[in-house]
Amino acid sequence: MGNKQTTFTDEQLEAFQDCTFFTRKEILRLHSRYRELAPHLVPLDYTNNPDIRVPLALIVTMPELKENPFRDRIVETFSEDGQGNLSFNDFVDMFSALCETSPRELKTIYAFKIYDFNRDNFICKDDLQQTLTLLTKGELTEDEVLLVCDKALEEADLDGDSKLSFSDFQNMISKAPDFLRSSTSCYHGNSLAHN
Amino acid sequence: METDAVFFTDHSGRITSNPLLDQLPSYQSLLYRRKSSVSGPKRRSSSRGRLGSSSSGKWNMSTFTRPFEKQKSQVTEQQPIRELAKPMAEKRRDKTQRLEEAQELTNWRQWRQSSHRYLRRLRDDAQEWLSSMKLWRGDIHLIEGMFGTGILSYFSFLRFLVVLNLIIFLIKFSFVMLPIIIAPYASGNITYNLNDAGVCSVYPSSARRGLVIFHEHITDLLSGGGFLEQTYLFYGYYKVDKIHFTNVTYNLALAYLLSTIAYLFLSLIWIVKRSARGFKRNLVQDEDRFQSFCNKIFAGWDFCITNENAARLKRSSLLYELKTDLEEERIKQKIADRTRKEKCRIYLIRLILNLFVIGVLAACFYSIYVATIFSQEAQMTKIKVNFIVDLIYEYLPSIVITLANFITPLLFSVIINYEDYSPAFEIRFTLMRCVFMRLTSIGVLLFSLWSQITNCEEEPCICGYNHLLYSCWETRVGQEMYKLTIFDFITIVAVTIFVEFPRKLIVKHCDCGLAKWWGQQEFAIPQNVLEIVYGQTICWIGTFYCPMLPAICTIKYFFIFYIKKVSLINNCRPATRPFRASSSNFFFLGVLLIGLALACLPVTVSVAQINCSHACGPFVNFNTSWEVLPTTVSQLPSGAQTLLFALSSEAFAVSFFVVTCLAMFYVIALAGAHKRVINQLRDQLAMEGRDKRFLIQKLCQAQRLSPVRSPVSKSKPRSPSYHTSFSSNFSEGVFLAHSPPDSSTHV
Repeated sequence: MGNKQTTFTDEQLEAFQDCTFFTRKEILRLHSRYRELAPHLVPLDYTNNPDIRVPLALIVTMPELKENPFRDRIVETFSEDGQGNLSFNDFVDMFSALCETSPRELKTIYAFKIYDFNRDNFICKDDLQQTLTLLTKGELTEDEVLLVCDKALEEADLDGDSKLSFSDFQNMISKAPDFLRSSTSCYHGNSLAHN
Repeated sequence: METDAVFFTDHSGRITSNPLLDQLPSYQSLLYRRKSSVSGPKRRSSSRGRLGSSSSGKWNMSTFTRPFEKQKSQVTEQQPIRELAKPMAEKRRDKTQRLEEAQELTNWRQWRQSSHRYLRRLRDDAQEWLSSMKLWRGDIHLIEGMFGTGILSYFSFLRFLVVLNLIIFLIKFSFVMLPIIIAPYASGNITYNLNDAGVCSVYPSSARRGLVIFHEHITDLLSGGGFLEQTYLFYGYYKVDKIHFTNVTYNLALAYLLSTIAYLFLSLIWIVKRSARGFKRNLVQDEDRFQSFCNKIFAGWDFCITNENAARLKRSSLLYELKTDLEEERIKQKIADRTRKEKCRIYLIRLILNLFVIGVLAACFYSIYVATIFSQEAQMTKIKVNFIVDLIYEYLPSIVITLANFITPLLFSVIINYEDYSPAFEIRFTLMRCVFMRLTSIGVLLFSLWSQITNCEEEPCICGYNHLLYSCWETRVGQEMYKLTIFDFITIVAVTIFVEFPRKLIVKHCDCGLAKWWGQQEFAIPQNVLEIVYGQTICWIGTFYCPMLPAICTIKYFFIFYIKKVSLINNCRPATRPFRASSSNFFFLGVLLIGLALACLPVTVSVAQINCSHACGPFVNFNTSWEVLPTTVSQLPSGAQTLLFALSSEAFAVSFFVVTCLAMFYVIALAGAHKRVINQLRDQLAMEGRDKRFLIQKLCQAQRLSPVRSPVSKSKPRSPSYHTSFSSNFSEGVFLAHSPPDSSTHV
């Protein structure tokens, strides 16, 4: 792979390596995945930093995201315009935050943003209900949803304002044993074989 | 309450907010991405603290203390750029800024920074290379994607056992077998154990004479007797005492004993190290304020799932978990509402059922005992009835153990329904009973063997053991362990081929009632884990008597991996009772530790107590196997001797014990103090939150009353795009939103 590729300059690759948790090879693979999504839109040559954005509808077709109930929110969170259109920088950022080596603190921050549907810096009861509905695809009854949200707020809300601020959320996540493992997306270099 | 009056939504029901809140440091720390970086001043934390910690307030301090911070950042460690929650463009800008700063540093610091970066990159590459070398990486990834993290932990546990067994075998091989093998080539002179021609050292050869029928070879292979008995496979073959090389004398007996201690110790350390992570998490979980609902909502979805089927199953399992939790809450309520009379009734039922369980266990243990004795006696009498019947007699203990371990879990899961515990406790209790059953059955087998070995016609035994029947009792024990291992493997293969595959075919093609009732196979993680822990316990016990057993177990687990994987992918659907991955790791390693503890017991007893056989093995010249150690110590130079005696003296042991106790008390006191501090801080946090709301309320009131239009609303420099966290899309009200008042403040 080394010096033959013409997608990025060496400085660009170094910058990527410093700013994300990926190696050179992985960044180039990411670029080919990005290109796969919209080959007519994304140029092969990124040396002059073209300003191309792939729309939300194409990004959520990726196998890593396709089955995730929060895929729309994830892509929106990492997009600069908030509508879910990702430039390559955003794309790499997204997978870097979700990868195995990214630290818990970083994942916590992004998780908070993802679950905050109305973007008011709090996870209020409404956000919780929306999260739960997406998670269970509407299979719980109304009462059960309300009950679960009440219980969750009861468990995590420390300052008693009936919504989760970031410090509440952070404290709760630090005690959630599955968080680190479950919020890791096993990104594969090549397109996954579908079983 | 008065505070609630301030909080209400505006007419459209959307959440509006006070622009003043924007400037609160805690809000600033969570700013969304901005296209134009209004945040010109650096926003990285200049302290050593990680992001999101209580130093989040320092974020905005940097806007005011820029020159000061510049100095500070040169002195303190900077957080790696990639761990900042900022968009790529900003990170790049940070990086160039840092590089510029770095130019201003002294050469020494520059070199240090660049070497740090280089080393970090090197370490990342090395880690990636190492993890790509891991066995079965691709397979496990596939399983994880299809079935989630619960089953993944089973397979990575299996992989751990394969590696562990391989290492144990390498230890035994390199210290015990290798010297014997290379002795002829390295001009070593082997001294064998002398036969003192006493009655105890008679070892009749068990090799078959004359014409050997083919199926007798198979019997030998499966039972470890016949031609296999006098091979490297068993303890009895190692009759070497010392090997004299040109410069050094290699004491094989000592090496044999020490390698046994070494592999037990190594297993202990490795398992404890692996379980340390899970243990910490389990401690946290047992706190009274553990959050099960939050954990499921926010950390419940496995981001690794890429398969549509797996996603559907994960969703249904999450649903099931949530419903179970709600059910648990309901049951807790019910338990709290129990009357006295009901409690008495429940306790009585539980007592009766526990007695019944103990009775069942006693019956199983007794049957194992009887089967072992019968099998041993049948092997002693040289009357061969029939090929198949002989084999059955040989394998009788294994068969009985397997049957018992098959029936009792079913029985336990039926009984527990009547004992009326909460669902979570039910699962754990049943599991504990099954673990106890599995591991104690091995103990019973060994006990019955021991009773046979030390049972002579005239008490007390002349040689310390029954030399007539068991001229080389260690080999016999080794053979029993070998048979257990082989039978275990055969059982697993047979069950997979003859039960799981037909079940899938029936369920798939036949539409009868049986198929519907039976249902598709579920991969029951606890039972499978118990199976392999059972096998590993046998391996640990058996390695002393059968040094090549770890190699056999490595191969056995290697094949089991592939068999289980194929069976999983083709026959199974994920369990409806999801097994939480994090605690399951701890559970697996906990059970493995129990198995290790159980395995140490027979080995210790036989090394230290039971007279080793005088007809075979490396310890012929000693009374017990342990004696080789004091004998060797007495031959060491006197300095080392005094040191070792001091280490094993009572004075040292007592003082060591006292120091350990003190350390433990200190740590417990520290933990208690921390807990108190945490509770205080929690209360303080709640109070601060209330203070903040009160102040904001007052502020809003003041703003409302003030006739001048708040200048703050004009000076908003934010671009009208999404990420300015609040407002520009919303009307600039001064009301704060809040959820309906009934769910608000606790006292």
